[in-house]
Amino acid sequence: MVFNFMTKSPRKTRQHLSDLNVGESGILDGFELEPSVAEHLMNLGFVPGLEVLVARSGPGGNPRVYRVDGTEVALRRDLSRLIAVSPLGAEAGAD
Amino acid sequence: MNPSVTLSGPASSSSHKDGRAVYRTVAVVGPPNAGKTTLFNRLTGLRQKVGNFPGVTVEHHTGSYRLESGDEVNLIDLPGVYSLNPKSEDERVTVDVLNGRMPGAELPDAIILVLDSNNLNRHLILAGRVIALGLPTLVLLNMADELHKQGGTVDVLQLARQLGTPVALTSAVTGEGLHAVANFLIAAPQAPEPIELPIFGDPRHCREWAVRVGSNAAYRRGATPEWTRRLDSIFLHPLWGGVIFTVVIVGVFQTIFSVGQPASDLLQHFLDRVAVLLAAAIPPGLWNSLIVNGAWKGAGSVLVFLPQILLLFLVIGILEDSGYLARAAVISDKVMAKVGLNGKSFIPLLSAYGCAVPAIMATRTIENKRDRIATILIAPFMTCSARLPVYTMIIAAFIPNRPVIGPFIGSRAVAMLSLYVLGFLMAVLTAKALKSSVLRSREHGFIMELPPYRWPQWKGLALRLMDRCKAFLFRAGTVILGVSLVLWGLTYLPMHNGQPPAIADSAIAKVGHFIEPAIKPLGFNWKIGVGLLSSFAAREVIIATMGTLHGVDPESHAMDMQQALHSDLSPAGAIALLVFFAFAMQCMSTMAVVRRETNSWRWPILQFLYMTTVAYVAAFIAYHVTLLYWS
Repeated sequence: MVFNFMTKSPRKTRQHLSDLNVGESGILDGFELEPSVAEHLMNLGFVPGLEVLVARSGPGGNPRVYRVDGTEVALRRDLSRLIAVSPLGAEAGAD
Repeated sequence: MNPSVTLSGPASSSSHKDGRAVYRTVAVVGPPNAGKTTLFNRLTGLRQKVGNFPGVTVEHHTGSYRLESGDEVNLIDLPGVYSLNPKSEDERVTVDVLNGRMPGAELPDAIILVLDSNNLNRHLILAGRVIALGLPTLVLLNMADELHKQGGTVDVLQLARQLGTPVALTSAVTGEGLHAVANFLIAAPQAPEPIELPIFGDPRHCREWAVRVGSNAAYRRGATPEWTRRLDSIFLHPLWGGVIFTVVIVGVFQTIFSVGQPASDLLQHFLDRVAVLLAAAIPPGLWNSLIVNGAWKGAGSVLVFLPQILLLFLVIGILEDSGYLARAAVISDKVMAKVGLNGKSFIPLLSAYGCAVPAIMATRTIENKRDRIATILIAPFMTCSARLPVYTMIIAAFIPNRPVIGPFIGSRAVAMLSLYVLGFLMAVLTAKALKSSVLRSREHGFIMELPPYRWPQWKGLALRLMDRCKAFLFRAGTVILGVSLVLWGLTYLPMHNGQPPAIADSAIAKVGHFIEPAIKPLGFNWKIGVGLLSSFAAREVIIATMGTLHGVDPESHAMDMQQALHSDLSPAGAIALLVFFAFAMQCMSTMAVVRRETNSWRWPILQFLYMTTVAYVAAFIAYHVTLLYWS
C-alpha cells in the first residue's frame, strides 16, 4: 500500500523518534505501525521526509511533544518507538 | 493583503445583478481547529439547529445564512476532517454528504472549505481532495488575523488561479473578509478548474503538490506564536505542569460551588415566590393542586440547578476553547495509562462531571475503539450535574454543618467531596477491570495535536450554553414535568365522592408498597421507592417526585423538603441513598446515547445492569455499616 516507506535497507540499527533527546531533530523515515495509525500521523504532518523536532517532554518524560510541519503533537513513548528517523544532529535541530 | 482583494478568482467576475442566492444548500467543510465552527456561528447566529443523520452517530449543525436580498441559504456544518478517506466515521459522513449519498441530507450544490491559513502546507492537501469533487467551491483561508500578526503572507489571487476556485483570506473571529461568502453565494456557479490536480494516494506527493501550490502563491507561514511556546513551557513543565493542572481542576469545581450555589439559591427564592402567587391566584381545589403541586413544584425543584449546570459547561468550554484541555490531556495521560486508558479519555471524563450525554459524544476523538467503549462505560460514574441537586438536598437535610478542616471546610463539603471521590474511584476500578479483560488492547494509543492557545470565542460559547440550556429546559418541560404530573395524578386516585384519597390509600402508595420489600434492606420507605422508580427517567426527577408527594400530603404540606425527608429516611438510609445515586445508572438520555454511539443495545444494557447492581450492593453495605456506627 501507500505506507511502504521502508525502502532503504537498515545498514545499522534503525533509529527511532524515541531515541532522540529533547532539542534534537531527525528526518522522518517511516512507520512500523498499523496503516490507520500511520495515516492519522501523516494527516497531522508526520510525512516521511520532513524534519521532526523533540520540542519538550511532559511531566514524567512521557508523553513528549514533537514539532513537525509547524504544528505540535504529543505522542506517547510506545508510539514514538515505532517511528523511524534518520538523525540530523543537534545543531540542525536548534530552533 | 489589500482588503479589497479578499475574493478573487473565476466566480467573482460574473455576479448576478439582483443579488439573489444561486445555491440552496452549501456544505461547510474543513479540518479540525481551523475555526470552521466559529465561522459557521458567525454566519448563521441563532438560526441553527443540531441534528443527526439517520444511522450514524455524527452530529451536525444546520443553519441558514441570510443574504442582503433576503434570500436564505441553508448551511450544513460537517464534522472536522483531515482527509476524505472514508475510514473514520466522521470522514465517511462528510464524503457521503458531499456525494449526496447521505439519506436525510440534501445534496449540497456548493462547498465552503475553511482552512487554517497558518497551516496551508497541510491543509491544502484537503483542498485538493475537496476541489476534485467538482462542486463549486469557495476556499477560505481562515485565521488571517493570526497569519498577519505572525508575519505570514499569501497571494490570494495566485492561489485562486492555482486552485481554480475563488479564494479569500478571512478571520471568523474579527469578521475580516467574510463578505466573500455573500459574494460567492450570489455569483454564477462555476466548477473549479485547477491548473494541476493533486496526485492522490502517496502522502509524500500530496504534500509536495501542496507545498508547490503554496509557494506558487508566495505562501509564507507565520512563526508559531511565541506566547504559545512560553505558556507550554509552564503548563507542560515537568513539575509545575502537574501543580497547575491540579489547581485548575480544583478551581473548576470551586467555581461551580462558590458561584453556582448563591445563583441557585436566588432562583429558588424566585420560584418559591411565584409558587405562593400562583397558589393565591387560583381558587383552591383540583386545579390549584395540579398547577402548584403537580406542575410548578415538580418541574421547579429541578429548574433551580440550571445555574450550576450552565456554569460547569461554561468553565469547561473556556478551558476547551483556550487550548488548555489539550495540555490537560497530555498531563493526565500518564495517570490514565495506569488504568489502561489514555489522555484522550480525560476530556470526555471531565465533561461527564457536567453531563454524561455530551461526554459520551466527545469520546469520538478516541481513535482506539476499545478505549472508547471503556470510556463510555465509565463516564456515567462521574458525578454529573443531575446528581448534584440530589446530593445537595439529602446532605442539607441530614448532615449537620460542622467545621471539619479549619473554619472553612465543613462536614457538608466533605460529604459532597467524598461522593465525587466515590464515583471517581468506581470509574477507575471499572476501567482497570475492563481494560485488563474484555477490552484489553495493544497500547500506543495517544496522539494529541496541541493547537496554539487562543482567547475563547464568547459568541460560540454562548451558543453552546444555549444548546445546553435548551436541552435542560426541554427535559424539565417534558420528562420531568410529565413524570411529576403522572405522579400527581396517581396521588389523586382512586377518588372517593369527588375527594382525593389520603396519600396512604392512593394509587401511588400501592406502587410504592409493591416495591418496598426490595428497597427495605437499604433503609428506604415506599415514598423513597417511588422517588427511585421515577429517577430512572432522570436522576433529578426524584426531587420533583418527593416535592409532589409531600406537597399533596397534608402532614408535610407546610414543611420544607428537608424537614419532610426526615419522615422517610433515617440518617443511615440517607447515606445509603447517596451511595445508591453515586453508582446507579438512572438516566434514559445516557442509555439512549450509549446505544447510539456503540450501535447496539448490548453495551447500554450491560452498563445498566452492572451499575445498578453495584449501586444496590454498595447502598446495602453503606446502610448497615452506618447503622453500626451512627445511631
